[in-house]
Amino acid sequence: MILTAQDVALAGRLQPLSLVLEPGQVIAICGPNGAGKSSLLSLLAGVQAADAGAVALDGTALSAIPARERARSLGYLAQGGGAAWDLEVEALVALGRLPWQAAPLQRAVSSAGQDAEAVEEALAAMDLLALRHRPLSRLSGGERARAMLARVLAGQPRWILADEPLASLDLGHGLGLLAALRQAANQGAGVVLVLHDLALAMNHADRVLVLDEGRLVADGPPEVALAQGVIEQVWRVKAQWLGEVGARALGLGC
Amino acid sequence: MMSRLNLWLLLALALAFAASLLAGRVWIDPFVPPFAGAELILIDLRLPRACLAVLVGAGLGSAGAAMQAYLRNPLADPGLFGIAPSAALGAVLSLWLGAYGLKLGAWALPLFALLGAGGAMALLGLIAARGGAALFTLAGMMIASLSGALMSLAISLAPSPFALSEIVVWLMGALADRSWSEVWVALPLTLAGLGAFWLAAPALDALTLGEATARSLGVDPRRLQMLLILGVGCTVGGSVAVAGVIGFVGLVVPHLLRPLTDKRPSSLILPSALGGGLLLLLADSLCRLIPLAGGELRLGIALSLLGAPFFLALLWRMRREGFRGGWA
Repeated sequence: MILTAQDVALAGRLQPLSLVLEPGQVIAICGPNGAGKSSLLSLLAGVQAADAGAVALDGTALSAIPARERARSLGYLAQGGGAAWDLEVEALVALGRLPWQAAPLQRAVSSAGQDAEAVEEALAAMDLLALRHRPLSRLSGGERARAMLARVLAGQPRWILADEPLASLDLGHGLGLLAALRQAANQGAGVVLVLHDLALAMNHADRVLVLDEGRLVADGPPEVALAQGVIEQVWRVKAQWLGEVGARALGLGC
Repeated sequence: MMSRLNLWLLLALALAFAASLLAGRVWIDPFVPPFAGAELILIDLRLPRACLAVLVGAGLGSAGAAMQAYLRNPLADPGLFGIAPSAALGAVLSLWLGAYGLKLGAWALPLFALLGAGGAMALLGLIAARGGAALFTLAGMMIASLSGALMSLAISLAPSPFALSEIVVWLMGALADRSWSEVWVALPLTLAGLGAFWLAAPALDALTLGEATARSLGVDPRRLQMLLILGVGCTVGGSVAVAGVIGFVGLVVPHLLRPLTDKRPSSLILPSALGGGLLLLLADSLCRLIPLAGGELRLGIALSLLGAPFFLALLWRMRREGFRGGWA
């Protein structure tokens, strides 16, 4: 499923921009604070409507797709999103199945068995099987972040759109989460991540979109989109890539 | 599907219902031959009153659970939408007009109360149509404040001391001297409200994760808002129409029952309805039993007398355990 944006704009936050996003890739959105990264992601996820232009899935505008059907295709993880109630991990992850399950006046799209299986897989992918009955209030920040992403995975979306999913994760679990997302991409899903850590984007993304003050200033493979010149122009810091391709580190101020 | 919690609550409700029919100033012993008038007391006084207690309590309890889920806040109360004060304003207006000698009939008060609730619902729907929960709550609070002011105005301009006391006493909320006609007002409204909450339940679950995430899970915020207005309007408007203003049920019952559920909003609505009915039935029976010079204790007062200290104790315990980021 190809996700396209045609001249989408948000007043005061995003200048008109167009994108064609192919599934099977990990795509990173980078940019300084206030660049419009979260706005772009929420437009792509259909959570927010654009002031101008349209986002389309395989050529059909999101606004023309029934909400539950759209929800099964586009999984969205809000930035630092919490839960209002102290659910157990498994109940939280199962919320990801809502667009598939029967609801009043709505037929189920999947069987109860398929729902349970999807929840199980998501728990396993995020290393949460041992914590499944633990309430959210008794999880560490990192465990909670994994549970939130597991909720998205449980919905088995064609696209995973996550806003800074690595924000509160330690190194090991951050890499584990990226590996899980890479696996989803290898299985045909599209992955779009807002990432603050440029080294992670450099080493793990197939494509990087760089935003600055609401404009798309670079778009391409990480070596190109995150070239030294782009970083200096957008982030206004002196920076240099060190190390081998695939294990790059960003040297700052040298 | 009935959970174990729902079965226990249903059982307790059935027992309390039977007991409330027998208890009162005149006790009815089911094992001795009935005395003269026992049938009258049972069928025409206590049965409708018990039915009303269950219906009003169920409406207020479920509305509280739905409101707390919608506002993602354990301290939300059905009164926040301004529907209860608006319904009360309608009722006060009918008492006021009645005191001016207008022959309005027995149906006038519930009808005026429902019109008040309907007016608040329409205003809420119009104002908050495109905003989120925050705008909605603010609009509700302003409606509540306006209704409260108008109600005070009506009271201060009451045509006679008799009308004044009638209004004030009515506002305290009670189920005394009610008949089957009130039951027929409350029954369809409570059922309609519960139906609206049932339709809203999956969306309320999704809302646990915030408005943006709920939208990404396929929730239509506008539809959810309309269902909430409809549900709270029917349950709370209906309860004010037949029983006056009764607080605390909508706040306390979901709060007490939440720890016994898996904490998903959808699994709290039915228990809160059953628990609300149970609480009101017990409180009303107690009101009948407590001897008080000049009549019986008003239900609204009794609930606040019991409810407020109880809730304070709950908050005291929460304070000692440390209030964890809004999680109750």
